[in-house]
Amino acid sequence: MKRLTSCLVLLLLFAACFSVGTLLQPQAAAWSQHGQDSVVQVLLGDGRWLLANHFFTKADVYFHSGYYPTIFDRKNPHQESHMAGHTHEAGDHDDELDFMGPPRDWIERFGRHAMITKHTHLENGQEREILPWLKIAADIDPHIVETYTVAAYWLANQLHKVPEAEQFLREGLRANPDSYEILFSLGRLYYENDHDSVRARNVWQLALRRWKDQEAAGRNPEKFGLEEISVNLARLEENERHLAKAIQYFEQAKAVSPAPQNLAQQIEDLKRQLASAPPGTQAP
Amino acid sequence: MNTVFALSGVVIKELYRRKDFYVLFVLTALITLMVGSVRFFDDDKIIRIVKEASLLLIWISALVIAVGTAARQIPAERENRTIFPLLAKPVTRAQVLLGKFAGCWFAVGLTLVVFYLFFGVVIGSREHHWPLANYFQVMWLQWSMLGIVTALVLFGSLVFAAPSSNSTICLILVIGILLLGGYLNRVAAQQPGPLGALIYGIYFVIPHLEWYDLRKFVQYDQGLVPWSYCLLATLYAALYAALLLFAAWLVFRRKALNL
Repeated sequence: MKRLTSCLVLLLLFAACFSVGTLLQPQAAAWSQHGQDSVVQVLLGDGRWLLANHFFTKADVYFHSGYYPTIFDRKNPHQESHMAGHTHEAGDHDDELDFMGPPRDWIERFGRHAMITKHTHLENGQEREILPWLKIAADIDPHIVETYTVAAYWLANQLHKVPEAEQFLREGLRANPDSYEILFSLGRLYYENDHDSVRARNVWQLALRRWKDQEAAGRNPEKFGLEEISVNLARLEENERHLAKAIQYFEQAKAVSPAPQNLAQQIEDLKRQLASAPPGTQAP
Repeated sequence: MNTVFALSGVVIKELYRRKDFYVLFVLTALITLMVGSVRFFDDDKIIRIVKEASLLLIWISALVIAVGTAARQIPAERENRTIFPLLAKPVTRAQVLLGKFAGCWFAVGLTLVVFYLFFGVVIGSREHHWPLANYFQVMWLQWSMLGIVTALVLFGSLVFAAPSSNSTICLILVIGILLLGGYLNRVAAQQPGPLGALIYGIYFVIPHLEWYDLRKFVQYDQGLVPWSYCLLATLYAALYAALLLFAAWLVFRRKALNL
């Protein structure tokens, strides 16, 4: 083959590659939802949910410093994440996580020396170590709402990184615009960390609307979510001396609370305060 | 003994002439530095994810080097026909086997020292403290475990036809033991009758390599394991390595060396 012919064939092949590329590019963009999805999302598809859940669990493993049940252990990993700063009754959590039980034989007894058998939680700023896994989980599957709320909780409350927490929650909100959980966390951030009760009220009221929208759509949102939002709104209104509104929110929370007696007591107190308040002292 | 050390010296020289170690070390270093350079939420104190990634890579690399090096020793000598001049000298087959084992094991030990030095420097530069006793325990027990693996692969190289099949089978076996070995008793308890007894039997027969994995102690800053545990685990590794080497010698002493 002459040199000129080789060059022409090469040119022809290059032109063909270019043409096919221009033909396929728009279709490829459509497959990846107009280029909005990340490479991981395109490659893994729905399988990324499993991976994201694994990374979320990994954060929980880190939180417990490696003391965590495997699939072979008697007890399953706890259903509710303990990373979210939930409090426990004394001893409850220890009992729940005493998953190892006594060793069955000498091999297991000896092997326990190479295992972490002490149940501890990360503390004194070490909680930061769970954050990479939460970030990775959120990147892989942005629809696991808990990753945003848990990460924001630790960022804001233990590591005092409020702007980063807000930014992460806003990322979560963009991916999950209907999430009342993220809105609630955002409101808590404004109220507790920024002391901005106006923004907190607005965000919590939006969270309340989202909860009610979900209920109306038959998506069975968690009642605990409604209680949390309502109680926090009630506290905010109480601090602002909007006692009537506070009572209204407490009533709403009482309707779904598993322990309504405490809330009933608070409602009674507020009613007494409202009755004894001289006219004109009650904020609008 | 001098003969054994002379033979092992050849294996060590082979390690630094081949590219396996360099490739794996560069890969480990690159990935560790890459993970270390990622900043999550603008926080430069996050370190455990780097430790985990680095230790995992060290484990994988050391395992690959140990299996790869041990698997080709005797087959390569037979293929190149260098086994005949070697055995024509006053060297017994047992010495060849011991020399090959010692060479592979020392070579893996050297690679571990390099890997853990790198690990110590990278993590120490971020954490600003060096728990040297922890690093020593992790490295020592990993090296002991690799002694069993090396002996197993040498035995496999005399049983299986090709180094590739031997490496694959040994890697599957070792990874299987590392992941499931410690839980076979629980699996056995859930199986009815003879199957349960069989699994329980396997549980007692296999070398428990998972005992040698102390990565979590470094990763989660959990302090030291008792030194008596390290001593007993080392003894256990020595016994299993001796058992496998003896089995390898039983096969090797009557094995025809012609291909």
